[in-house]
Amino acid sequence: MAEEVILLDFWPSMFGMRTRIALEEKNVKFDYREQDLWNKSPILLEMNPVHKKIPVLIHNGKPVCESLIQMEYIDEVWPSKTPLLPSDPYQRAQAKFWGDFIDKKVYGSARLIWGAKGEEHEAGKKEFIEILKTLESELGDKTYFGGETFGYVDIALIGFYSWFEAYEKFGNFSIEAECPKLIAWAKRCVKRESVAKSLPGSEKITKFVPELKEKLGIE
Amino acid sequence: MANLPILLDYWPSMFGMRARVALREKGVEFEYREEDFSNKSPLLLQSNPIHKKIPVLVHNGKPVCESLNVVQYVDEAWPEKNPFFPSDPYGRAQARFWADFVDKKFTDAQFKVWGKKGEEQEAGKNEFIEAVKILESELGDKPYFGGDSFGYVDISLITFSSWFQAYEKFGNFSIESESPKLIAWAKRCMEKESVSKSLPDSEKIVAYAAEYRKNNL
Repeated sequence: MAEEVILLDFWPSMFGMRTRIALEEKNVKFDYREQDLWNKSPILLEMNPVHKKIPVLIHNGKPVCESLIQMEYIDEVWPSKTPLLPSDPYQRAQAKFWGDFIDKKVYGSARLIWGAKGEEHEAGKKEFIEILKTLESELGDKTYFGGETFGYVDIALIGFYSWFEAYEKFGNFSIEAECPKLIAWAKRCVKRESVAKSLPGSEKITKFVPELKEKLGIE
Repeated sequence: MANLPILLDYWPSMFGMRARVALREKGVEFEYREEDFSNKSPLLLQSNPIHKKIPVLVHNGKPVCESLNVVQYVDEAWPEKNPFFPSDPYGRAQARFWADFVDKKFTDAQFKVWGKKGEEQEAGKNEFIEAVKILESELGDKPYFGGDSFGYVDISLITFSSWFQAYEKFGNFSIESESPKLIAWAKRCMEKESVSKSLPDSEKIVAYAAEYRKNNL
């Protein structure tokens, strides 16, 4: 049966990157459609009426929203290649816990680094470093968060790596100095074709931040 | 394995209630342990060092944290009875989406209704009503969010029904007039023993919320 897979996405989104990576990991051909978030397309509004956000995965005409949910869906629909989640219930719960942690904690604090000033900025920076250290501690000496195989938690986090240079520039700090093991992990991940294909260059992100701030009305 | 699973919980928590409902749906006997937040138990701090929150399900000595995670884990660890998800991947993704909606939109809004006053409460009330109407529309004419069987989305949302009376009292509105179908759905769910045994009486919740408001507002 001919599969039609469309991804409504926005190139700098670390959430969209997750879905791109998951599809690439499974060798699924998809139609990538760049969205203008300040002028939302009819298809985006129709396929995600509740949140009106990207990424939206449209599979044979039916939408799946929310990047972590998309990852699990992709894993279930195309199970033949590398599984993204382990099969053991306890390990799956652990992976989902960390995916949820990343969702709850990383974006919010990181945003204060490039999007806020003064005390808020400093607080964001401090929290961000703490969160990365927690993640680094969870990684430990493993190759990937899941152990020997690249999976769900790695995919949930790696998109943020394309933003690290921007965070470092606007936060005036070095992430490698704070979390060398995490940087080593990130470098390992970007060697994978699925990741290299899905992450934009750090320079492009860093150049984009002032434009983003303007669009969001932040000084 | 001789030891019963342990649920670290807090009686008024709608998140803890989700875990209780899930375990009872599967017919799993468990040891319920009430946590005192002013004096968190060593087991809680050890099992959930990151968030230090309930519920935590400790099964075979290993902790599972975050209520929706616990519900999914319970479904997978005891797969034979009452599956919480449909078998097709799309149906499963939809179920996850709606439970996530409850967590993202409904949770914050309902807190503002019972836990805040003035403008914040008004804003919360509007968000709450909007969320309720979206959920009602998703429910449609189905007996449960899962269709014919009580499932993941039902579990994620039904626990808030023990708080409905508190929302109505402190928010000064009627949920039934905003969403009669949702109230009918809640009554249907309460007929299930797994639900009625896991939710505290509404009056107790109202008293709890009143105490919170007295001390915090």
